[in-house]
Amino acid sequence: MATVGRSCLILALGVCAYGIVASLYGASPARRAWADSGRRAVYAVAGLATVAFAILEIAFLSNDFSFSVVASHSSRTTPFFYKGAAAWSSQEGSLLLWLWLLSLWSSLVLFLVRRRLRDVTPYATAVLLGFGGFFTGLMVFAASPFALLAAAPADGVGLNPLLRHGSMMIHPPMLYSGYTLFTIPFAFAIGALAARRVDAEWITSTRRFALAAWFFLGIGILLGARWSYAELGWGGYWAWDPVENASLMPWLTGTAFIHSIMIQEKRGMLKIWNVSLVLATGTLAILGTFLVRSGILDSIHAFGASTLGIPFVLLIAAMIVASVSLVVSRRRLLHSENRLDSLLSREAAFLGNNLVLVGLCFVVFWGTFFPLISEAVTGTKAAVGPPWFSRYTVPLALVLVLLSGIGPVIAWRRATVANARRNFLVPAAVGVVTAVALVAAGGVDRKPWALAMFAVAAFVLACVWQELWRGVGARRAMSGEGPARATVSLVRRNRRRYGGYTVHVGMAVLFIGVAASSAFQHARDVVLSPGQSAKVGAYTVQYVRPRAWISVKADQIERVNLGADMRVSRGGKVLASGTTYRGYYPAQDPTLGPVSQYFDGEAESQVLIKAGLRRDFWSAIQPDLTRVQPMIDRADKAMGKMVAAGAKPAQQAVALAVLLRTIVDQYGVHPPPATFRLIDSPMVTWIWLGGLIVFGGGLIAMWPAPDAARRRVRAGYRARVAQELGRA
Amino acid sequence: MEVVVFLIVIALLGAVVLVVTAPLRARAHVRVAAREEAARADLEAAKESKYREIRDAELDYRTGKLSEADWRALDRDLRGEAVEILRRLDELDAPAADAPAPDAPGDGEPGGR
Repeated sequence: MATVGRSCLILALGVCAYGIVASLYGASPARRAWADSGRRAVYAVAGLATVAFAILEIAFLSNDFSFSVVASHSSRTTPFFYKGAAAWSSQEGSLLLWLWLLSLWSSLVLFLVRRRLRDVTPYATAVLLGFGGFFTGLMVFAASPFALLAAAPADGVGLNPLLRHGSMMIHPPMLYSGYTLFTIPFAFAIGALAARRVDAEWITSTRRFALAAWFFLGIGILLGARWSYAELGWGGYWAWDPVENASLMPWLTGTAFIHSIMIQEKRGMLKIWNVSLVLATGTLAILGTFLVRSGILDSIHAFGASTLGIPFVLLIAAMIVASVSLVVSRRRLLHSENRLDSLLSREAAFLGNNLVLVGLCFVVFWGTFFPLISEAVTGTKAAVGPPWFSRYTVPLALVLVLLSGIGPVIAWRRATVANARRNFLVPAAVGVVTAVALVAAGGVDRKPWALAMFAVAAFVLACVWQELWRGVGARRAMSGEGPARATVSLVRRNRRRYGGYTVHVGMAVLFIGVAASSAFQHARDVVLSPGQSAKVGAYTVQYVRPRAWISVKADQIERVNLGADMRVSRGGKVLASGTTYRGYYPAQDPTLGPVSQYFDGEAESQVLIKAGLRRDFWSAIQPDLTRVQPMIDRADKAMGKMVAAGAKPAQQAVALAVLLRTIVDQYGVHPPPATFRLIDSPMVTWIWLGGLIVFGGGLIAMWPAPDAARRRVRAGYRARVAQELGRA
Repeated sequence: MEVVVFLIVIALLGAVVLVVTAPLRARAHVRVAAREEAARADLEAAKESKYREIRDAELDYRTGKLSEADWRALDRDLRGEAVEILRRLDELDAPAADAPAPDAPGDGEPGGR
C-alpha cells in the first residue's frame, strides 16, 4: 500500500500545479470554468490526501514495520489508543497531517464561497494550492511518510513516552487545524489585494474561518499547557519554550485581527492594518511550523535537526515579499473611509487592544529568536528565560485584560462624560472594592501585579455582566419576553457579540488563575525515605511506601515503573492518597546492555495531582537509580553470558523478565531515598476553567445563524430549479 | 498484488481527472446559471450582513454605546444600503423585460425613518 500512498502524493503534487495554473488563468471573468476547475483541484487534493493519510494510519494500527515511520515511532507494546496518534509524532506523518487538514479546510471554505467572491477566489485558490503543493513537495522529495525499510524489523522503537498522554492525541491536530485555518484568511487577503477588491466582503466571508483558526489554535495551546503540567514532571504549564511561543505568536496576531476587522466592517477604517495583520498571522503560522521542523532552536517539542529548514525559509521569504509588495502597491485602495474621532472611543479601545497584542507578539518573537540574534551579533548563543518574558508580558497582559472590559462598554466614535459615567461607574467600583477587600484580607500587598490583575479581572466581569443586563433589558423592552427567554434570544440573535463577551469572561478567569498560581506558588525539592514527611505551602506530604512494578503489553515488557505511595494532608486532615511514579521505557540502543536499556532510555513522569478550585497539590518523584545501578550491571553481565552461551531468544526474554523482576522487587524491599518535587499552587484550575469558558464563547460566536442556514438551502434549491429548467 | 496497486492508482487518476475537468465539460447554459447564482449569493450575503449591522447599531444605541443622533444617522444610511441591495436582488429575480430602470423614482428610499 506504500506505493498507493506515494502515488497519491505525486498525483496531489501534479493536481496542485495544475490547479494553480487553472485558477490564475480562470481569474478573468470570461474563463470562470477554469477557476471552477481550480477549485475542484482543491477537492481532488483533499481526496488524495485523505487516501494517503488513511493508508498511513492503517500501517500504524496494523504494526506494519516495513514503513520506516511506523518502525521508528510505534511498537507492538504501544497502546492501540496511541498508535493512531503516533502517525503525527513523526516529521513525515505530521507533514501529511498538515496537508490533509489544509486540503479539508480549504475545500470547505471554497465550497461555501463557491457562488460568491468570484473575482477573489481564483487567487485565493492558487495561494491555498501553493501551500498544498509546498507540503506535498516536501513529502515527495524530502520526507516521505511512505518510505520502506529493506527489511521490516520484528518490532518498532515505540512512541516517545512523553507523548503518551490523552491531550497529546488531540493537541497536534488542534494546532495544525489552527495553523492551516489561518492560511485561509491569508489566501483570501492575497486574493482581495490581487483582485483590487478590498472592501469588507472578503473579511465577512472568511471571518468564521479566522475565528475557527483562533479557536483551534487556542485549544491546541491550552492542551499543550495541560500536557506540560500533567506530564513533563516540572510542575508548570508554560515555559516560554520556542515551540510554545511559535504557536502563541499567530494566536496573538489572529486575536488582534478578529477584533480590528469589526472596525473595518463598522467604520471602514484600519484596512491596511487589517490586511497586514492577517498576512502577518498567516506568515507566523508557517513560521511556527518551520520552528518545529528546522531544528534551529532547541525545544522539547521540536522534531530535531532536519533538512526542511531551507525550503521553509524560502516559503516564508516568498510570503513576506508577496505580502509587502501587494500592500504597498494597493495602498491607495486601502485608505480609511473615516478617521478616529476621539481617543475615548470604542475604535481607540480596539486599536489599543491591537497594539498590546502586537506588542506581546513582538516580545515573544524577540525572546524566541534571541538565541539566533545573539549568535549573529556576538557569536555566542544566549537564551532569555521566563523572568525576561514576565518582565514585559505581565504589564502588557494587565492592560489587555483591562481593555477587554473597556471595549464592550465604551461608546462608538466618542465617549462623553455622561455615558462614560453611566457605563463605567459600577464596573470601576467593583474593581476598586475587590482590590480593597483583597488588601484587607492580607497576603496580596507584596504582589502588586497579582493584586492589579485580580482587580482588573473583577472590573471586566462587572463590565460584561452590566452589558448583558442592559442587553436583556433592551430585548425585554422590544419584545416583551421574560428574563430567561430574553437572555436566550439576545444571545441567539447576537452570537458574535455575546460569544465575544463570553470569551472576555473566560480570559479574565484564566488570568486570575495565571496571576494566583504564579505569584503565590510554593515549590520544594525534597529527598525523602519511606515514612518521612515534608511541608510545602499549606500541605503536609508523607512518603508512605515505595511502589515498583513492570507493565506488560502484548506479551512484552512495556516499561519498568518506580514510584511512591503518598499521603497528602492539610490542617491535620488527610485530603488524598495516591501514587507518583516514573515509567522507564526501553531504549533501542545496541550499545547498552539488555537490562540497562530499560533504565537509560526515555522515561515519563506520572504526577500526583490533587486539584481543587482554591489550590492544587502537585508532586512528582525522581527515583535515585544510582543505588540500583550495581544490580543493573550484574544483570547485564548475566544476560551477556547467556547470549554467549547461545541461549535462544525465548530463553533470553524469560531471563530478562526474571532479572527485571528481581531489580523491581529489590527496589520495593530496600527503597533508596527518592527526590520529590512538591508544589502548592493556588487556582491553577481557574486556568482550565477559563479556557473552557473562552472556547465556549468561541463556539457561540462561530455558530451559524439558523436563518442564514435556511437561506443557503433556499438558494441551493433555486440554483437547482434554474439548472433543471435550463436542461429541459 | 502489483497489478492491483497499478489499477488502484489508475482509478485514482481517472477520478481526479473527472472531478477536476467537470466544469470545463459543462454546457454553456449551466455556466450562465452558475454566474447568476453567484451574483445572487453575493447579494444575499450582503443583505444578511446589512441586517446584522442594523440590529447591532440598535443594540449599541439601546445599551448606551451610540448617541441617539449617531444612531439615527447610521440607521438611516444602513437601511438605505439594505434597500439598494433588495432592489438589486429583485432585478435579478425579475425577467429582463420587467426590470425597472436602475434610477427609477421611488426605488431605494429608506422605509419608515
